[in-house]
Amino acid sequence: MDFKALGLKAGIEIHQQLDTAEKLFCHCPTTLQKTEEHTGELFRYLHATVSEMGEIDRAAAEEMMDRRQFHYLTYPTTCLVENDEEPPAPMNREALGIALQVAKTFAMHPVEQVHTMRKLVIDGSNTSGFQRTALVAVGGVLPNGGEVETICLEEEAAQRVEGDTFSLDRLGIPLVEITTSPCMYTPEDVQTTAEYIGMVLRSTGMVKRGLGTIRQDINVSIRDGARVEIKGVQELDLIAEVVRREAQRQTNLLAIRDELRARQASVGEETYDVTPLFAGTQSSILKKAKMIRAFVLPGFAGLVGREIQPGRRLGSEISDYVKKCGLGGLFHTDELPAYGVTAEEVARLREHLGAADEDAVILVSGSKEKTACGVKQAQHRARLAFEGIPEETRKMLEEGSTAYMRPLPGAARMYPETDVFPVAITDALWEEVRVPELLSDLARRFESDLGLDPAVAHQVAYAESLPLFRAAIDAGIRPNLAARTILATLKELARDGIAVEKITDDDVLAVLLAVEREGVAKEAIPEIFTEIAAGTATAQAIESHAGGISDAELTAIARKIVAERMEFVREKGMRALGPLMGLVMDEARGKVDGKKVSEVLRSEISRVI
Amino acid sequence: MSETFATGDLVAASCRGHPVEGTYITDRDGMAVLKMKSGYNIGVDRAGCTLVKAAGAPATPAAPVVTQDDSLPALAIISTGGTIASRIDYRTGAVTSQFTADDILRAIPGLSSLARYRSEVLATILSENMTPRIWQDLARAIHAAVKDGAEGVIVTHGTDTMAYSASAVSYMLDTPVPVVFVGSQRSADRPSSDNIMNGLCAAAAARSDLGEVAVAMHATTNDDACAIHRATRVRKMHTSRRDAFQSLDMAPLGSVAYPSLAVTLSDEAVRRRETEPVLRDSLEERCGLLYFYPGMAPEMIRAYEGYKGLVIAGTGLGHVSTPCIGALKDLVDAGTTVVMTSQCLNGRVCDRVYDTGRDLLAAGVIEGEDMLPEAALTKMMWVLGNEKDQEKAGKMMTTNLKGEIRRRSDYGF
Repeated sequence: MDFKALGLKAGIEIHQQLDTAEKLFCHCPTTLQKTEEHTGELFRYLHATVSEMGEIDRAAAEEMMDRRQFHYLTYPTTCLVENDEEPPAPMNREALGIALQVAKTFAMHPVEQVHTMRKLVIDGSNTSGFQRTALVAVGGVLPNGGEVETICLEEEAAQRVEGDTFSLDRLGIPLVEITTSPCMYTPEDVQTTAEYIGMVLRSTGMVKRGLGTIRQDINVSIRDGARVEIKGVQELDLIAEVVRREAQRQTNLLAIRDELRARQASVGEETYDVTPLFAGTQSSILKKAKMIRAFVLPGFAGLVGREIQPGRRLGSEISDYVKKCGLGGLFHTDELPAYGVTAEEVARLREHLGAADEDAVILVSGSKEKTACGVKQAQHRARLAFEGIPEETRKMLEEGSTAYMRPLPGAARMYPETDVFPVAITDALWEEVRVPELLSDLARRFESDLGLDPAVAHQVAYAESLPLFRAAIDAGIRPNLAARTILATLKELARDGIAVEKITDDDVLAVLLAVEREGVAKEAIPEIFTEIAAGTATAQAIESHAGGISDAELTAIARKIVAERMEFVREKGMRALGPLMGLVMDEARGKVDGKKVSEVLRSEISRVI
Repeated sequence: MSETFATGDLVAASCRGHPVEGTYITDRDGMAVLKMKSGYNIGVDRAGCTLVKAAGAPATPAAPVVTQDDSLPALAIISTGGTIASRIDYRTGAVTSQFTADDILRAIPGLSSLARYRSEVLATILSENMTPRIWQDLARAIHAAVKDGAEGVIVTHGTDTMAYSASAVSYMLDTPVPVVFVGSQRSADRPSSDNIMNGLCAAAAARSDLGEVAVAMHATTNDDACAIHRATRVRKMHTSRRDAFQSLDMAPLGSVAYPSLAVTLSDEAVRRRETEPVLRDSLEERCGLLYFYPGMAPEMIRAYEGYKGLVIAGTGLGHVSTPCIGALKDLVDAGTTVVMTSQCLNGRVCDRVYDTGRDLLAAGVIEGEDMLPEAALTKMMWVLGNEKDQEKAGKMMTTNLKGEIRRRSDYGF
């Protein structure tokens, strides 16, 4: 695809969890819990309310179509604020400080008086029915010349456990949301920008790491298309593919639009109850339906089933709208006979509705109310096909295709959070904000100042364990030893099934210091870690290897013993290994691993035989 | 002199040197609050604001017409304000009460299928601003509605002092129909507000077989049921939780399941039409409620000289310190009725166990049995408003009128 010719434009929104001591509007810790360890449960309904502008937001109104009961899991680490049973505490200043650091890095302009807003979200992920969010700074610059439009500080939502059950441990963790202008014109550009912003965020040293702690939403449009927001792209490597596929989807939907117009197709207004037509059906879905409704799409034949993205057709788009009514989806004649629906049934249906070969028919099955809602939604989406691309919020599917979630929210979802006072960002406060050293600069500095190999320097600068590495350097550990231990040794042990998570940063530092100052052999590090992971007290594990001997010393001992018993060795050859092992071990005072001794001894014997 | 703007004006401004544009909302702490196109509000320097486009006439969406089904029972909604009928006030940025009862019907659509309603706005205040005068107006309004054929009455009220109002009305009014006070703990502007469920449960209770004044509020933190509480035994026991209201020393009168709205009443609940409607709305406002604490100076008590009545929330079984007893005796001798209740809230006062208690009785202080301090205060206002003979009034204070005194202290309800 020639993206320039398509007029591709994309922007991104990055949501990053902050690693603060407390949540944004309460004093609970920001640690995640195991859902099976929840200590309480509650359930609620949510209702859309009229916002300050006197209109219910269209996205919120759509969520309401299928009113649901939401369940929430509580923990000893959650409080009444997460339960929506207590007004919020004042805004967490630590979180605000981090947001300002990021803002300053992008050369942004901080808002003089920060107002916390309520953004309506009634999918159940917020107990209150809104997410608290505040605009902190505007107008920043990206290296590619693009603009960082805004940075907001907001609360993380509760995570879905399953269905309509959510876990409250995540609710309220501070997030920064960074929004760029639509300043990217190729899929790769979007990915590079996302990587850069992620690096800036990690440079603060105050963000959470690991899966789910950073989420990218991508805004994409092509010329004549529409802005579509794709939510929750977690894998950085998929970003370019998501953008490519969205450009493809919009291109194909525009082609369908032109085709529909050329065919003078239309959307049938009439809805038919066709339940009796399927009285003896073998289709398991239709068999159990209380009601089956149908309507005709004159001139749509072949277009409903046309692929617009891998695994997605116009039919899937219509089906997504139908699902909002609490239904599983729809059948359309472009894909029938299938799913147990026979060719005869299709012919009978077409005849009954007076549908010609160039027409498509949509079938919706379920309860009376839900099918009525489903037909309305399907007709609505079919009409939109004549306009081109509806503005939508979409969710990413596994490979990078997307499905419809809800309409793009309007400004009506926002109204003031009256329980939180505005926060003034004074000039003095802004002056004090420190711009963190970027990890990319830090990597270069590690290279020049510490003499690390460029790849190692980069790896250690970007690693989650950077603070530990820095502590090690400050404690006087040799950079290469520290880097190797932190980046490689621990990973290797983890691969071998050692419970490295039981080894604390302090343990690592203590062991490294013992190597540097107490004559513990660095070869003993894996063994000491293994003992600590198995539950041995750190001091004891170090002590038992203290005064250990290095490889060079061990080689010297082995060489000496072989030399002293040269005759015996020449006579026995490799069979001398066993008898000599004990002698070497005695000399090495048991501070070395037997396997190692046998390796060294073997090579010393082979040198002389 | 910087320009003045009207809410809704499109304004150009500077966010620390970065040009922004937004809709002017209000002034706050010396800054102009603008709403950006994204919906976010920010505070900007007023001096940097210039008018881009004046606001057109605000488009007020036509309020949907409230339809009434004449085949349904007739209920009255009397609104006094509070969170259940609150909106955000953009001038102050605070939640205020400015709803009419019709707005409540619009905000809680399900109400229309339960009953037909006549509505009356008695006050639009936050309940900390409630006064005995308004209690009287409220009792009269309820009485008038009942006389006028209302088969049940819903009173919307702020939760802070709802228990005071409910008990005050309960003494002033004999009612053959349910009079149900309801409010909400979480503001009506949020999708999670308890106003919808509480409102529907209150309407169901007002249609039910109940025949007394009650409070209907969330029974638990879940949206599963509202409890129906006796007006004289209920208390707000939490600053913010949905299930803040609890009946003390007794089980609630009943419950309303949600969303089925099925009403269950206990044997204890007075039933519909057991009494005739009677209004006795005199109140003696010169009554006080004093919370005793260790080391309280007797002057605190003397401050009530000239008052007709004083309820003490004493310690434990109903005590104040020995130095305070003399001051209480002087009050009683000067004609003030003094009734002792307990800070424990649960349990009965007994001043016959310890010396200070016996001294209090000797000083003429009346044991308030197991009355809640607030229910004792509203009762005292009503008793002293209707009975001028101090001795008779004292006897009435220890006689159960509306369930505020229980003959026995139940166990295991």
